[in-house]
Amino acid sequence: MTIPFAIIALMTITATVATMSLRNLVHCALAAAVAFGGLAAAYLQLDAQFVGFAQILVYVGAVAILIVFAVLLTRGGEPTTEALFSKTWVTGTAIAVVVFGVLAWTIRNSFASQCEITALPDATVKDIGGALMGKYVLPLEVIGLLLTAALIGAVIIALKEEKK
Amino acid sequence: MTPLIGYLLLSAFLFAIGLAGALTRRSAIIVLIGIELMLNAANLNFIAFWRFSEHPEALTGIMFVIFAIGVAAAEAAVGLALIIAIYRHYKTTNLDEVDSLKG
Repeated sequence: MTIPFAIIALMTITATVATMSLRNLVHCALAAAVAFGGLAAAYLQLDAQFVGFAQILVYVGAVAILIVFAVLLTRGGEPTTEALFSKTWVTGTAIAVVVFGVLAWTIRNSFASQCEITALPDATVKDIGGALMGKYVLPLEVIGLLLTAALIGAVIIALKEEKK
Repeated sequence: MTPLIGYLLLSAFLFAIGLAGALTRRSAIIVLIGIELMLNAANLNFIAFWRFSEHPEALTGIMFVIFAIGVAAAEAAVGLALIIAIYRHYKTTNLDEVDSLKG
């Protein structure tokens, strides 16, 4: 348990709790951006530089902006007086608490408690690029196809319906 | 407490918070953010197990996370487009009011 990890964990947990409990949706989106940034810091702390910067680029850069756009397009930023949580919030919270309890109990009793830190892995961008172009070239093509389909699908779904 | 336990517990907590948000909040946008948080918690697990594995040079964890980020980005785009379409149809993003299929 090191001090950088404690800072990152505290920042991420605070930001996620704020995301799920704030009333104003724009504040929620900004707190979510902070949480994604904290996760990127955790990846950098775990020596996964490429994934850390991809996380910043995709989540803080694109997904957070997309969420803010959705909030503005649906007028979610306007203050509301209605209840924040749905009628079944007791059940939902209980399920989440039980899930966390089971996960934490399993983690404490797993082999992970004997796992010590290993030597620094050698994962340069060159290695990752080589693997993407060699062993993982088919999944890369499939993900490209998926992103194209998602792009076209999102545009078609959000298109204005024509009056018949 | 080993470092791996710390990361796994952080990931489990993020997953639980995301699940709680997705199950309890009324705004569809917050539900989508909760789902994204759950995906990110899984990604953190992959990276932590990759870092503390015996053969990190295999890059399996990193590759899985890169593809998961790609899929999550596509999911976010389509999900937000759906929310905008629902808003145009029902004039609300409150999930308790979008209940046309309710029996």
